[in-house]
Amino acid sequence: MQEPLLRIRNLAKQYRRGEQDIPVLTDITLDIMPGDFLALMGPSGSGKSTLLNCIAGIDQADAGEILFRGEDLTQLTESELAAWRSQHVGFIFQFYNLIPVLTAQENVELPLLLTDLSARERRDHAVAALAAVGLADRLDHYPGQLSGGQQQRVAIARAVVADPDLLVADEPTGDLDRASAEEVLTLMERLNAELGKTIVMVTHDPKAAERARKLIHLDKGELWADTAAARAGAREAEPHAAPQTPGP
Amino acid sequence: MAVPLSYSWRNLARRRLTTALTAGGMALVVFVFAATLMLAEGLRQTLVATGSPHNAILLRKGSETEVQSGIERWAAGIVQTSPEIAPGQDGLPLVARELLVLIGLPKKGKATIANVPVRGVEAASLGLRSSFRLVRGRLPRPGSTEVLIGAAVARGFAEVDVGQALQFAQARWPIVGVFDTAGSGFGSEVWGDVEVLMQAFRRQAFSTVVLRLRDDAALDSLQARLAADPRLQVDVFRETAFYEKQSEMMATFLRVLGVSLTVIFSVGAMIGAMITMYSAVATRIAEIGALRALGFGRGEILLAFLLEALLLGLLGGAAGLLAASLLTQFTFSTTNFQTFSELAFTFRLTPGIASLCLGFAACMGAVGGLLPAVRAARLSIVEALRGA
Repeated sequence: MQEPLLRIRNLAKQYRRGEQDIPVLTDITLDIMPGDFLALMGPSGSGKSTLLNCIAGIDQADAGEILFRGEDLTQLTESELAAWRSQHVGFIFQFYNLIPVLTAQENVELPLLLTDLSARERRDHAVAALAAVGLADRLDHYPGQLSGGQQQRVAIARAVVADPDLLVADEPTGDLDRASAEEVLTLMERLNAELGKTIVMVTHDPKAAERARKLIHLDKGELWADTAAARAGAREAEPHAAPQTPGP
Repeated sequence: MAVPLSYSWRNLARRRLTTALTAGGMALVVFVFAATLMLAEGLRQTLVATGSPHNAILLRKGSETEVQSGIERWAAGIVQTSPEIAPGQDGLPLVARELLVLIGLPKKGKATIANVPVRGVEAASLGLRSSFRLVRGRLPRPGSTEVLIGAAVARGFAEVDVGQALQFAQARWPIVGVFDTAGSGFGSEVWGDVEVLMQAFRRQAFSTVVLRLRDDAALDSLQARLAADPRLQVDVFRETAFYEKQSEMMATFLRVLGVSLTVIFSVGAMIGAMITMYSAVATRIAEIGALRALGFGRGEILLAFLLEALLLGLLGGAAGLLAASLLTQFTFSTTNFQTFSELAFTFRLTPGIASLCLGFAACMGAVGGLLPAVRAARLSIVEALRGA
């Protein structure tokens, strides 16, 4: 049987607000297999983003383990985690988080600055990644000169350029109109299906969640079963998760 | 590898107005800093150029300035026969007995009177000053009351030119020529016949004896021989060293003044840089979060922002230095407090001063940017990303 890419065991995290400890994640246990395309849904404050951040190695859990191919992320130091992220994780953010003063190509090259590639190789990789997301003609454009959908595609190119095993996406369509959102989701599907990238996506959008192969529902820090049951639960629990209003 | 330099640079270029204002503040500080250092250097160079490394100057033991010094006629006679003196073009020893007295002259366009040194010279004096050049008029006739004026005197004082006359020591001194000595301190003097001036001022003693050294080793042997002579009470200096010492007090004063002023100003400029960089960090929190998520470490973020502040400082430094370099076009005159005489000189910009100013500017930027950079580096990734 195939080994999971990520094995999460009894993960727990709480925030302290004043005198009170507020649990965000309670005893999460979950396996993510290589090639999974997983959607994490849940109401606001359900802990889905926190879980995603822990999986991506940018937040620390209070208890439990996250094993990435057997290596426990919770035991890594901050700089080890940074190195791990640069090798294994690609990020797609809701607001793209591109660097405004760098061109599309330079933005995509950023993760490669943390590798041993030469300047020429970095450039070639970045150009190839931008071509793959259909932006070969936008290399020298600054983020401000691109539409929201184009910016998110640059962000996806940046996420995959260093060839990571895992892509984490936090509301990747949350700031996009429907057409751009569809483009972005199709791109993510292709990355999953054709390149075998494992994707974990947090979303409010049921339409986005439908594109995932698995659905996990989080509520009050606890995990629901996935697949069809969760799908039904998600629809029920989130009647307000209406389709996104079209962007400007 | 670090966050690319272009990131820091382009962020400065992006917020052009803030960058220009902050750098402008630092430019002002650097301007003041550079100007005082250039003033001190100009003064030093002018006085050093006044002397020649091949000449020696003799003063009465313990005298710090030519005005204080006095060498009796008989003592000068003993010195004149020293074997260390090189011969002039006429074959005679190249040695001159000189007198230095101060007179007051009205400055051009002002009601103030400034001290002007009057130097009594001999024929050999001109040979001893190889940069001496007659600009206008003619040389005075020996034994007459005719005088030459330095080019800086001609520029800076009222009613002094060839054909006019000076009034001092109850006599009239016709000006017959204007001389220049390549921007040295002599240009701020009036030269006349030493014997005539001695009589006019009722002096029994010369001020100094100046002589051309036969070779490099001659100074030591002259010093040793004159020190061993029980009849003489004189100090012997290489002329360049003597004049450089003349600039020391004033140059040190200027440097201390300049450094204290700029240290106070720089605190303001550094606070300006700090505010600018804090706001730069505040508006780029989400960016910082993304960079950290991608795998850039705290150190790399710190470096990127520190570099940005450093570039900001250098930008201000370069602007200030550029403005200060324009000062080299002007000639200023001031009182040399060591000799209490008027001295004309220019601001001098040396590579040393330029690098000092740029280094100072970079430091201001870095110090101002340090705390904001530390703040940027200390942000938690999750909170920074939420700041989007």
